[in-house]
Amino acid sequence: MGTIDQTLAANAHLITPTRLTGAEIVWATLVGEGVKDVFGYPGGAILPVYDALRKFPIHHVLVRHEQGASHMADGYARASGKVGVAIATSGPGATNLVTGVATAMLDSIPIVCITGNVSSKILGTDAFQEVDITGITLPVTKHNFLVNRAEDIAPAIRSAFQIAVSGRPGPVLVDITKDAQQGTAIFDFAAAKPRPYRPHPMLRVEDSGLAQAAELIRNAKRPIILAGHGVSESGAMEQVRTLAERAQIPVALTLLGLGNFPASHPLNMGMMGMHGEAWVNHAIQEADLLIACGMRFDDRVTGSTSTYSLKSKKIHIEVDPAEVNKNIKIDVALIGDLREVLEQLLPRVSSRDGADWIKTIETSKGAVAVRDIKNLPDSGHLYAAHVIHDIWRITGGNAIVVTDVGQHQMWEAQYFHHEHPRSLITSGGLGTMGFALPAAIGAKFACPGKEVWVVAGDGGFQMTAAELSTIVQEAIKINIAIINNGFLGMVRQWQQFFYESNYEATPLVSPDFVKLADAHGIAGRAVHTRAEVVDAVAEARSAPGTFLLNFLVEKEESVYPMIPAGSALHEMIRRPVKDPLVESPDDK
Amino acid sequence: MLHTFVAYVEDLPGVLTRVASLFRRLNININSLTVGRSERVGLSRLTLVCEASSEAGNRIRASLFKLENVVDVDDIAKDPAVTRELALIKVAATPSNRSQIFDLVEVFRARIVDLTSESLMIEMTGVESKIEGLIEVLREDEGRILEICRSGKMTMRRGRHISSVLKAMGAAPDEVAEPDADAAETVEEIIPTEPE
Repeated sequence: MGTIDQTLAANAHLITPTRLTGAEIVWATLVGEGVKDVFGYPGGAILPVYDALRKFPIHHVLVRHEQGASHMADGYARASGKVGVAIATSGPGATNLVTGVATAMLDSIPIVCITGNVSSKILGTDAFQEVDITGITLPVTKHNFLVNRAEDIAPAIRSAFQIAVSGRPGPVLVDITKDAQQGTAIFDFAAAKPRPYRPHPMLRVEDSGLAQAAELIRNAKRPIILAGHGVSESGAMEQVRTLAERAQIPVALTLLGLGNFPASHPLNMGMMGMHGEAWVNHAIQEADLLIACGMRFDDRVTGSTSTYSLKSKKIHIEVDPAEVNKNIKIDVALIGDLREVLEQLLPRVSSRDGADWIKTIETSKGAVAVRDIKNLPDSGHLYAAHVIHDIWRITGGNAIVVTDVGQHQMWEAQYFHHEHPRSLITSGGLGTMGFALPAAIGAKFACPGKEVWVVAGDGGFQMTAAELSTIVQEAIKINIAIINNGFLGMVRQWQQFFYESNYEATPLVSPDFVKLADAHGIAGRAVHTRAEVVDAVAEARSAPGTFLLNFLVEKEESVYPMIPAGSALHEMIRRPVKDPLVESPDDK
Repeated sequence: MLHTFVAYVEDLPGVLTRVASLFRRLNININSLTVGRSERVGLSRLTLVCEASSEAGNRIRASLFKLENVVDVDDIAKDPAVTRELALIKVAATPSNRSQIFDLVEVFRARIVDLTSESLMIEMTGVESKIEGLIEVLREDEGRILEICRSGKMTMRRGRHISSVLKAMGAAPDEVAEPDADAAETVEEIIPTEPE
């Protein structure tokens, strides 16, 4: 975006040191870092920055709530692999960012948040809209800066970008006082370059470790690769695939790992963990070798750690030394960038025969394949599984799907088969409801040519539904599927299983979402039966603008299988036999 | 087990909060913390003592390294090191009973650094147990101790030792070049130890 004049002027600033105001330096530095779009909300303490925006070739997306800004920056980063940028004012503007910042922290997403603050002379006086945002965000950022001089702005923002993307990525916040924005300094982009990136001193990949790992792989009878988010962060899709194919090792994925190994690949077993495929969790318990690639043995993945995969040796390839031996005891730790480590490991791995073990796993899928979802007769009921499965089929799996958090998120993970990295955008670590709609807007800005679908529940959608206005103001096209079951479904499911079906505070009255969309100038349609799903999805896709589908699905459906929190991985709650829907699809 | 972390941190506002916050999050009480300038310009050296499991120790060290302002971290509880603490103790003493305290101070090899008609101040350096010992003896007479100020532990490894991180940074600007001594040189290898 931006006029040619803006671009020329901004580029000139990057080459020739110029005296600029702090506010101008903010934008000039962002231009220098390659930023095209930012997501933000103005306010008193950030007004100088907004006033200077007109001089720079950056497109600003006005959000409806600052949480939306940090989620959009997050969605932008997840879809593109580049740093997302969010801007907010001091006080409530800054605190509203925090949920999105924590979401990015827990999932290692590189975003930079810029907040205004009151003038440095009145810092700490409880001035109007003053809040200690660097203090508040200290535990949920990789790092943050409090800047109170114009000359410190460029170095702080440039460091923030470097910190956000380096090592294990994460969010960085730069808090800039109003007087720093109003002051002037010589802007010298090159001189503001941060010190060279300092790798974590405990990174360690030794020859002996590589040799041990190769030896374990060679001798394993029942190995499994556990692939996580780190695979795409490190860009190691090819290396993981080569390892799997050469040594014939089946691959299980974490939620954030979905797409990092093609769903259609014969060695892909599917998702592991709390709502993972039953055969995957059984296979992990039976395995004699786990090769963990860019994953952190989260409690949703391991169940009870004292009973987790007791028969296996564990190789952990991980960029963050603090994750190694945190939850699960590791036999061989290769601490470094996944792709680099695998490139060193692969020459030591030769082809091996994995047919017996693969056949054992295939056999354990057993009856599930018989109850293939697409072979089930239409019972007149509408299940979320059907909706998501149909979206997958109709889009050919080529869409970016952005989910909210809850039952629909797990059904998406089970029934939408992700072939490509960055095709599923979901809040895994923090589990942030309200994430989907704003994150999808961010993803659309990152990938304007891609088809973007929001899959959200009726609860989470209402948390950030105000961003529908942002969609209209920006005239972007997103397809929205609300999986509407009239409950906070996942909580209801826990109440059903663990609290004697005491549905306290989970039944949910919602507005007519189609009318809500209409009030925003967004077209929509309610879907009540399975027979309508295909046509409705097609209508949404062909509509010129954003389209909202309100799928009124079965109210008390549960996600199966399920490992109760703290139980062993093989102690799954299975779907009651009388229940008509399949437990897991095998839709090859 | 008791961990003693020695860290080099950038001398900037808020760095201590970042370090302390890590322990707060884990609900670990910091037994003692000392911070001061180091041999390197712009870097402070801190010694932090806390109680935590041996697995936690390694994770804490890895997590401390993740803080942007932390340059080097060492956990030296198990290694041969010299540990000292400084205490200032003010006791009530009149000309009539001073001599008894003078004797005590002599025995403990402490020093009198202030003397008035009603009180005197003792300065003592040593290991924790020695300081505790003096305090205990002084406490035998109720109401005698008026104030105690303790620095917390300061620790330094024995022998010539440079961590790989500091080694990579090169010599400190004011470090005097030494002739190549055959003295025991232990260049630390940073090994992520497994939990025991």
